[in-house]
Amino acid sequence: MDGFSGAVSAAFGLLAALDPELTGIVGLSLAVSLGATVTACALGMPLGALLAVARFPGRGLLAAMISALMGLPPVVAGLAVYLMLSASGPLGPLGLLYTPTAMVIAQTLLVLPIVAALTRETVAALHDEYDELLRSMNAGRMFALGTLLVDARFALTTAALAGFGRALAEVGAVMIVGGNIAHATRVMTTAIALETSKGELALALALGAVLVALSALIHGAVALLRNRAEGPAHA
Amino acid sequence: MSRLTLAAALVALVALPAAAAERFVLVQSTTSTANSGLYDAILPQFEAATGIQARVVAVGTGQALKNARNCDGDLLVVHARAAEETFVAEGHGLARHALMHNDFVIVGPADDPAGAAGTPDAAAALTAIARAAAPFASRGDESGTHAKERALWTAAGIDAAAASGTWYRETGSGMGATLNLAVGMDAYALTDRATWVAFANKAGHRIVAEGDPALFNPYGVIRVNPERCPNVRAAEAEALEAWLLSPAGQDAIAAYRRDGQQLFHPDAAD
Repeated sequence: MDGFSGAVSAAFGLLAALDPELTGIVGLSLAVSLGATVTACALGMPLGALLAVARFPGRGLLAAMISALMGLPPVVAGLAVYLMLSASGPLGPLGLLYTPTAMVIAQTLLVLPIVAALTRETVAALHDEYDELLRSMNAGRMFALGTLLVDARFALTTAALAGFGRALAEVGAVMIVGGNIAHATRVMTTAIALETSKGELALALALGAVLVALSALIHGAVALLRNRAEGPAHA
Repeated sequence: MSRLTLAAALVALVALPAAAAERFVLVQSTTSTANSGLYDAILPQFEAATGIQARVVAVGTGQALKNARNCDGDLLVVHARAAEETFVAEGHGLARHALMHNDFVIVGPADDPAGAAGTPDAAAALTAIARAAAPFASRGDESGTHAKERALWTAAGIDAAAASGTWYRETGSGMGATLNLAVGMDAYALTDRATWVAFANKAGHRIVAEGDPALFNPYGVIRVNPERCPNVRAAEAEALEAWLLSPAGQDAIAAYRRDGQQLFHPDAAD
């Protein structure tokens, strides 16, 4: 493909030169997807742990529903959030449509099931292992939950990263609730879609390369932190 | 929660409110005006003159009108005359003002297998395409271009929708995506001239029919009715509409060129 390598070096050149347009788009992508991942972890990890440990009627059904929602199409999540936030929707008066906050909400919907389902599996396995010990210590339910979550922290980073990956990669939800507004709600994936629709295929692909490189950088950094924290004992 | 996610949360908290502070107007717009680069060329002039930021959601005329019906927008820039007048007549919009025009063109593969290029008008070109059962990529998305295309088929006396899935291919996508597809599958397509001229992935495709008065493409600007939608930014919408229709706005539209071609011709009577 002619012009592709040129477009890639131009895209990375803009990034290296801290071109305000591109860095703004990249920054918003990271802020929105990280915001969604953090929110989803704050809600999804306790939920997943609870599903792993607690016994209550409908637990199996709830767990199955959450697993099923891992396949929720982003465009459906976007539509649902659009209908809620639209000026004629129930949350319209908040005026959140076409703002980064709306994008965080939509992506949280996408990330939450992944984080909750993976947390449930991890914690369930640990719970089987430590149940007797925790009982012998007479540990309360909250203490037990907290202990299990802390012990599972490395596996949970993977859950968070999987969720972050989904958020960073999706285009359907942020396109609908963000509107791809220049300098306001344009992120990497919607910018790629826009360049594609202008027929600027090489530039679109180059932006994709930037996105993948950033994602690799983040995963690498997390792996590094994890290796250091885990130490040789666990290796 | 790790230190990294905590840092991320802080970044998000700092970054998000920053985008919401200034005065702005939300424009629901057809895609051609955005994809052709017109807004990038003229809106900074409006922003410099008024200090109001113009935020454009470019979605296609059908969806733009729908979003505005839901009160999710302050101003419309669209190109489907009949739908625009219905929108105003139903009380959703204040009034439709003629903003500018250009024309539609039919594009197709360089070798023109249907022989559409030699025909006298749009109806004849479409008839040639249908007779040859040559692939035709339709927007299929209720956009302004899609509405025009259906009107052209009807005028040619051809039921193209009946051939859906065979030579008539409804993409359900925007103009650029449809052009990418047309180029990829050697199909014909109807497009506004602005998007076509600015389109960077033409490959061997070229214009096979143009200049028919039936291909006229007028754009209108409509303010969303603040009585029906109390949340609209009425003053900002009025400012942008007034600027677009003013000599300054009309001159900016006329001055916008791609490859030496003027893409939009101002229409506001002064």
